[in-house]
Amino acid sequence: MIMSNTAENKNEKKIRLKVYRENRGQDSGSHYDTFEVPYKKWTTVLDALLYVKSYMDPSVAIRYSCRMASCGSCGMKINGIPKLACYTKISELETSTIECEPLPNFPIIRDLVTDFSRFFDHHKSMHPYIEAKESSVDDTRKGTFSFYQSPEDVDKYLQFSYCIKCGLCYSACPTVGTDVNFPGPQALAQQYRYFADTRDESAKRLDIVDDRHGIWRCHFAGSCSKVCPKGVDPALGIQLLKSYMLGISKNDKVPAKKIEVESIDNRYNSSAKTE
Amino acid sequence: MASRTILKESQIMKIHYITGIAAIFVVALHIMMRLVVPFEQSLEYDYIIANYKNIVYVLILEAILVLISVHGFNGIRIILLELRQSRAWENMVTVVTISAMIGLIAYGTRTIILANGL
Amino acid sequence: MTEIERSSRNNLEGIGGWLNPSRYGWERISYWFQRLTGVFLLIYFIGHVYETSTIVNGQNAWESFLELTQTGWGHLFLIMVIGASTFHSANGIRLIFTHVGIGLGTPGRPDYPYSPASLNYRQKSGIWIALILAAAAMFYGFNVLFGV
Repeated sequence: MIMSNTAENKNEKKIRLKVYRENRGQDSGSHYDTFEVPYKKWTTVLDALLYVKSYMDPSVAIRYSCRMASCGSCGMKINGIPKLACYTKISELETSTIECEPLPNFPIIRDLVTDFSRFFDHHKSMHPYIEAKESSVDDTRKGTFSFYQSPEDVDKYLQFSYCIKCGLCYSACPTVGTDVNFPGPQALAQQYRYFADTRDESAKRLDIVDDRHGIWRCHFAGSCSKVCPKGVDPALGIQLLKSYMLGISKNDKVPAKKIEVESIDNRYNSSAKTE
Repeated sequence: MASRTILKESQIMKIHYITGIAAIFVVALHIMMRLVVPFEQSLEYDYIIANYKNIVYVLILEAILVLISVHGFNGIRIILLELRQSRAWENMVTVVTISAMIGLIAYGTRTIILANGL
Repeated sequence: MTEIERSSRNNLEGIGGWLNPSRYGWERISYWFQRLTGVFLLIYFIGHVYETSTIVNGQNAWESFLELTQTGWGHLFLIMVIGASTFHSANGIRLIFTHVGIGLGTPGRPDYPYSPASLNYRQKSGIWIALILAAAAMFYGFNVLFGV
């Protein structure tokens, strides 16, 4: 079925959008719907899909939010490769038909919307937070201390902290494609992000990933880094973590110096008084 | 997540990498020792029996047998573990690959010992 | 709607993801090739151990087995083994280097268009060298087995 909006200007450039349709709740199988959508040089795939929703078929299900590659919601397989729809311009794809499919390796909920529960579970299993020995989460909330970190210390993990959890790496990874227990590039790269952080003192990080389905199921196919829209380079973090596990790189991390500061409440109260 | 195993996965992978590198060297030796004579001659019965009586050659063959069996069957184990996930499958994969590895080493060693005695 | 099970295999790429190496560049091709050559070499190795075991049954058994394997097709198969083992070795060494953190580059501050440090020219040339060495070894093998 090809749907097009006849009210549009005849001279406008149009792209054929082939969209995967499936409703898990109805269990009625899957098919593709094709839409002809007008586009300009700057139109993104997400713009085109929203055009379809507004003027052609409001039932097309997509997930999106920021439209500027910051939230990581609109990941989908575009012409066979996982991409962010908001970050992919139609004019740059240089094809006459654009195929939009749900992200592979994520269970389908409806149309282009997939279930991220397993992906987030793997992320959580990596303890994705600073674990400092002498300070609890409550201390951090009170804000009674601060850490010294040099710019060099920050550079060791900063790139990995740019991860927006969009799931593109997870859907590009060949191991994830068959192994549901493999944490995937996103989670493993986050393990390295905290391992390399001088504020973190956890001694368990390497043990968490040293599992039958852990870090060693990564064979450096590099597809995760290839598709990452934020330059996180998960493959780099994973290989660097392996070198510590093999005992080649020595963990000579000097813990970040902690300094006592006035608590946030006190600072707030004293500034409120002066006003 | 972690299951109880005799060796940690990182230790198994260390063995995998070491056996891989060592295998390259011994296989290279094996091929070079064959290349000192023309290819057809290297396959003659008497020539090979003489090889099996040479203790250096025998040690190289045994090393190849052990190194490649360990490396190869661990590789198969890795591939099979990535294919399906369930306790029964994983236990089966471990048992089958280790048995096949031991079986192949035993069978190859039998050839070496018997050929050495011919 | 019922909650989707954590172990659901719905929409997994499966083995098709392994078998389609064309979408993600050289590193993915090398991954696929390493796996393929590894399985192929293990099959050959098992066959080779069996083949050589016929020697314990005496000269006749050995020579009749040789007749089966020392054919044109047998030699072509051997040439593939030579190529596969050369690629698997050279690429394997490259991979071991990456697993110990050598040749990957260092983490930094990524800038648009974000070319990943780990997928650098050292890795790509390592893959090409492995492929070229494999081709050269196969050429040499061809000369030894089919040469006059």
